[in-house]
Amino acid sequence: MEYSEKVMDHFMNPRNVGKIEDADGVGEVGNAKCGDIMKMYIKVENNILVDVKFNTFGCASAIATSSMATELIKGKTVEEALELTNKAVAEALDGLPPVKMHCSVLAEEAIKAAIEDYMSKKA
Amino acid sequence: MNKVYMDNAATTRLSEVSMKATIDAMENVYGNPSSMHGLGHQAAKALREARQVVADILNGDKDEVYFTSGGSEADNWAIRGAAYLGKKKGKTHLITTNFEHHAVLHTMAALEKEGFTVTYIPVDEKGMITSEQVKDAITDETALVSIMTANNEIGSILPVKEIGAICKDKGVLFHTDAVQALGHIPMDVKDMSIDMLSASGHKFNGPKGVGVLYIRKGIRLPNLIEGGAQERGRRAGTENVPAIIGMAAALKDASDNMEKENARLSKMRDRLIEGILKMPYTRINGSLESRLPGNVNACFEGIEGEALLLSLDFVGICGSSGSACTSGSLDPSHVLLAIGLPHEIAHGSLRLSLGKYNTEDEVDYVLDKLPGIVERLRDMSPVWEKMMKGDK
Repeated sequence: MEYSEKVMDHFMNPRNVGKIEDADGVGEVGNAKCGDIMKMYIKVENNILVDVKFNTFGCASAIATSSMATELIKGKTVEEALELTNKAVAEALDGLPPVKMHCSVLAEEAIKAAIEDYMSKKA
Repeated sequence: MNKVYMDNAATTRLSEVSMKATIDAMENVYGNPSSMHGLGHQAAKALREARQVVADILNGDKDEVYFTSGGSEADNWAIRGAAYLGKKKGKTHLITTNFEHHAVLHTMAALEKEGFTVTYIPVDEKGMITSEQVKDAITDETALVSIMTANNEIGSILPVKEIGAICKDKGVLFHTDAVQALGHIPMDVKDMSIDMLSASGHKFNGPKGVGVLYIRKGIRLPNLIEGGAQERGRRAGTENVPAIIGMAAALKDASDNMEKENARLSKMRDRLIEGILKMPYTRINGSLESRLPGNVNACFEGIEGEALLLSLDFVGICGSSGSACTSGSLDPSHVLLAIGLPHEIAHGSLRLSLGKYNTEDEVDYVLDKLPGIVERLRDMSPVWEKMMKGDK
């Protein structure tokens, strides 16, 4: 099984790694038993995701999809971020091996979980 | 940068003597050993000599050595053959362990579907079983005991000699998958009371696609592959002469240098183990006492094995892992689960298997690179973060 150059780049040099101490929303998905956990932190100002950070336990594609997902939603509105699909994340990485598509699903779910957390806190 | 190849349990680089013998045979020994002309006779003679080399190293007779396409075929043939042989006498019970290679486990599972019953002896947390467990599992219905000599993932060496003695005493056929053992630790089919033994050329610096099944004289194992009269009518197909010659040369080389080589390998292995254990939240899997000289298998809590492997590959280090991501399924290695590791820890495993071409300098290099890589992955891991919070 081989990864695209983009996947390897985002795995070796992941963007937006870390956490946001005063995050407006935090989402965690996956479980360690299956070998993947993603945690997303978002900072929202005027309905715009001004900062996004992540922590991931998982394989190279889990780390790369987290990294790519944060890049794709940073600077976007909350609505735009909610529209991000796992397919779009995978495509932005020049594709994932079929057995790794679940990693991109996890990335989409992590973003949605973080935004849900933000909405529930705001409400 | 040169590659640091520490995946010798997966496969090995050809030894120089083996490469020379293989290439020479490809060039010059091209006759079919079954042919009636001079070139055929030449090939048949080379085959006989290779068979004698393997027989001598196993302490068996050359008529007990059958060449196969590899370890998997040898395992399939031995287990299926012995099962069908037993069935004729009304014996449909098979015994193995729960941490065998898939060539054994999947053959057993296929036989279960055909109506055989299988006892899977559970290994302990070190990846060991006792001969007592085998003794207790044997019934009047038992047709075969198949237990590996040494485990491919965690390197534990099982008490094959005691198990063989029990099987002999009880009159039950005993097969051992010695794919990881032959050429690495002394094997003696008489001393260990082994009825059948599987081995594979590419695990001891021989060519790929060639292996051996030793079958003790008098065991009329049904054929797995039907066809021509090769291998005394028991394994059809024109012999892979160059690979067989190359395998025999590799095995002789490995056996001649075994003692010296094992001292060298175990020293490097122990340095790696020591270095890994200096890092926090690490553990070594498998027995420390009864262990293959080249095997290191460790778990690094808080990280996932595939990410670790790719990071190591990035700096030229080739290893392997039992994580789910490397197995193509959702579950981590059945071996690591068999020794009782929880899923989340088994996902963070790394196997480094040393061989003929590894050096002390390479061990230094790995010990230099590994801690930083583990730390980088832990730094971005929410599991590690939780562990550290729990620590405070």
